[in-house]
Amino acid sequence: MSEDTLSTNTNRRYLLLATTGVAAVGAVGAAIPFVQSWQPSARARALGGPIEVDIGKLKPGEILRPVPAWRGQPVFVVRRTPEAIAILENEVENLADSDSADSEQPDYAENPHRSRNPEIGVYVGLCTHLGCSPEFEGDAQPKPFDSDWKGGFFCPCHGSKFDLAGRVEKNLPAPTNLRVPPYYYETDTTLVIGLDGRVA
Amino acid sequence: MSKRLLKLIRVYTIALITLAFGVSTLGADSDWIMESMSPNLDDTASLQRGANLYVNFCLGCHSLEHQRYERTADDLGEIPHELMEANVIHTGQKIGEHIQSAMSEEDAKAWFGAAPPDLTMVTRVRSPEWVYNFLLTFYEDSSRPFGVNNKVFPNVGMPHAMLSLQGIQEEVCFGNRPIDLLDVQAALRQDRVDSIKEGGAENCGELSLIPGSGMFSTEEYEQAAFDIANFLHYVGDPTRAEREAIGKYVIGFLLILLVLAYFLNRNYWKDVKKN
Amino acid sequence: MSEVTEKGRWVSRAIQWVDDRLPITATFKEHASEYYAPKNFNAWYAMGVLALVVLVIQILTGIWLTMAYVPTGEGAFASIEYIMRDVEFGYLIRYIHSTGASAFFVVVYLHMFRGFAYGSYRKPRELLWLIGMAIYLVLMAEGFFGYLLPWGNMSYWGAQVIVSLIGAIPYFGPELMEWVRGDFVMSGITLNRFFALHVVALPLALVGLVFVHVIALHHVGSSNPDGIEIKAKKDENGVPLDGIPFHPYYSTKDFVAIVVFLILFCAVVFYAPEMGGYFIEKPNFEEANPLKTPEHIAPVWYYTPFYAMLRAATFPFLGLDAKFWGLVIMAGAILIPAALPWLDRSKVKSMRYKGWFSKIALMGFVVSFLVLGYLGTIPPSPIATASAQIMTIVYFAYFVLMPWYTTIETTKPEPERVTH
Repeated sequence: MSEDTLSTNTNRRYLLLATTGVAAVGAVGAAIPFVQSWQPSARARALGGPIEVDIGKLKPGEILRPVPAWRGQPVFVVRRTPEAIAILENEVENLADSDSADSEQPDYAENPHRSRNPEIGVYVGLCTHLGCSPEFEGDAQPKPFDSDWKGGFFCPCHGSKFDLAGRVEKNLPAPTNLRVPPYYYETDTTLVIGLDGRVA
Repeated sequence: MSKRLLKLIRVYTIALITLAFGVSTLGADSDWIMESMSPNLDDTASLQRGANLYVNFCLGCHSLEHQRYERTADDLGEIPHELMEANVIHTGQKIGEHIQSAMSEEDAKAWFGAAPPDLTMVTRVRSPEWVYNFLLTFYEDSSRPFGVNNKVFPNVGMPHAMLSLQGIQEEVCFGNRPIDLLDVQAALRQDRVDSIKEGGAENCGELSLIPGSGMFSTEEYEQAAFDIANFLHYVGDPTRAEREAIGKYVIGFLLILLVLAYFLNRNYWKDVKKN
Repeated sequence: MSEVTEKGRWVSRAIQWVDDRLPITATFKEHASEYYAPKNFNAWYAMGVLALVVLVIQILTGIWLTMAYVPTGEGAFASIEYIMRDVEFGYLIRYIHSTGASAFFVVVYLHMFRGFAYGSYRKPRELLWLIGMAIYLVLMAEGFFGYLLPWGNMSYWGAQVIVSLIGAIPYFGPELMEWVRGDFVMSGITLNRFFALHVVALPLALVGLVFVHVIALHHVGSSNPDGIEIKAKKDENGVPLDGIPFHPYYSTKDFVAIVVFLILFCAVVFYAPEMGGYFIEKPNFEEANPLKTPEHIAPVWYYTPFYAMLRAATFPFLGLDAKFWGLVIMAGAILIPAALPWLDRSKVKSMRYKGWFSKIALMGFVVSFLVLGYLGTIPPSPIATASAQIMTIVYFAYFVLMPWYTTIETTKPEPERVTH
């Protein structure tokens, strides 16, 4: 084998490596638009914008109906009775994540009632197990699914139970508490869901 | 390869390129000689002024139903959304929504006989130049329902929305403007003025502004018309700037790949050349 | 060192495992590393692989476009603008697809011209040529159906004009026209069926035909600019003396061609996606309006040569009206290249060795195709119509007179081996 052929072969190996490498980078680059195009579009983002809800007519012990939708997801807005608030503060031993350490909520909702103020709770109404929407069972009285029910949300799909602060009971399929969306009070009776506060 | 064939291929290729790049002759409604206008998407100030003028003078009737306020704010120099909502959105819409006109379709039909067209892509159907000239060439015509007519869109069914800015233009029988002979457009106009002088009244058609009838000077008004046309050029194809910026990198990358591919190919073909 | 051999053994065992069940190594050898192609290919021979690249580009971007496109009369136009403005990189995917449509025809026309010039259609490649013609027909249909989907005003009226052609068929025409549209005018119903054909039926047919085209090619072997059969002279191992393995020699060469193509393609996509109104026509930025025809209707550039011939038929003949003859001429012009393998009686295949008559006829054909292509884009006028009539005759003369001029002309002798 001549020296000429040898150098040709060495060059070939390097050229092949370089070309393949650059072409591979190109292939990844070409994939970017296709992958990115699956992100929520401007329309989805516009429709998923913040919503305003009026809680002026919401009575203690009830949930706001019709259930408002934020980003297409049901949002549970509940007004808790003083008794219910007391239960939230005292009955914690049966909960999986009582101090919401592993759950998703804004900082201002990382407290026993998981809300800006103890009376009003705002939760994304989708079970953290597999995304069914739980039912509101606000009254503290025995239920077919629980003889010692203190009021809260019950998911009919797989039986997860949440208290009125959206905290999940131990040893049930749902791993974490109901999500708390960002929200703030525009006025005493108007909530804006989807933003943490007024934009400056 | 025979020379004949080579030549033939060259002719074929050149003809194909000519065909592809040739300018299409579409959409000439009138014989008005247009003032040239080339839009400038880098002129953010002009685009912002254009957006403002559009919202104040055009949006009352003409929506931009495919364009969103949010992207407009982001593209025209990152205008903060609150500023946009406070100063530009007069229809009570949200920032993420399409730029809709406040007028209902029923009202439009009652007032104008037809719904005013959406203008999202007017510069792509016509051209930015057309929009610019359209805005410049409204003139008084008492035979029309709104008292005005237009040179590039004869018998247009709308009033002159910016009459207060431009003032009143009249048709005259010979040009009143001083003509710069170095300006081709002006020279063409001069030709027409000459023919008008010779041909008599039926060739009348130049426009002349009644001095002091508008709030803007001629230069200010031409700038305003430019800004609106420029803004609509942006709205017609809002991703153009982004596309052209990405294009540089893509083509640059491909050139590098081409160099590598070329040398790789040459290396392999040494085997073939040897035999 | 031992690590390397250990690894190598794993890889070869894995390949062996697959080969026992699926012949990947044998297939790779047959179609790449031991597929012997003539060593004298020039740039014209890259058009086939470029067509394949465009096919892949179109299928990929097409799949992505259907993810956001709404195939209804009410939603189609707005959904295109939704893709262009609201979907992340939607504008890029859409412009790649619209540019790809034109690029497809550019490379296919060049690919076909290569066949014309070097006699690629001659024995034993007649069937290969016919499969190619079938691909071309499907491609034209695919382009036509796809052009309606943006539901712009040019989409609408362009489709209206072409569908109305069916009405020229004697006796059944008008009923057939209604059947194709599924309505009394072009409507959302028509759009729906065109959508189904464009995104499912025709792409399937196209991919199938392209596969068969490649299989047929690899069976008979590639032609070459000299028009001689490399399989006629083989070495002791049965390898053609003038053949080289497709891989790595033509795979690397094709790769260069692909990169050059992509540069030109990207230049259009990023800087001139409308191509001055030839790739995306201006009236198509207005929604379809059944009550208002654009001032001037012209099909997209790749159909204009045939459209010009359609318009060139201006007088009745044999008791049938001009409209019908227009249809016949147009269909004939599209289909007649299929007859080339039997029209060409020359002793030689390649234009390199053919005589003057063949060269002049081919030049006449190219000129007529280009002039007709131009005439099809401009509004009709007496001069344009007369030119189109002359050029239509030139176009057909290339084919119809071929059996005559290829037999009487003097040809040069073909070389024994390829010139390289």
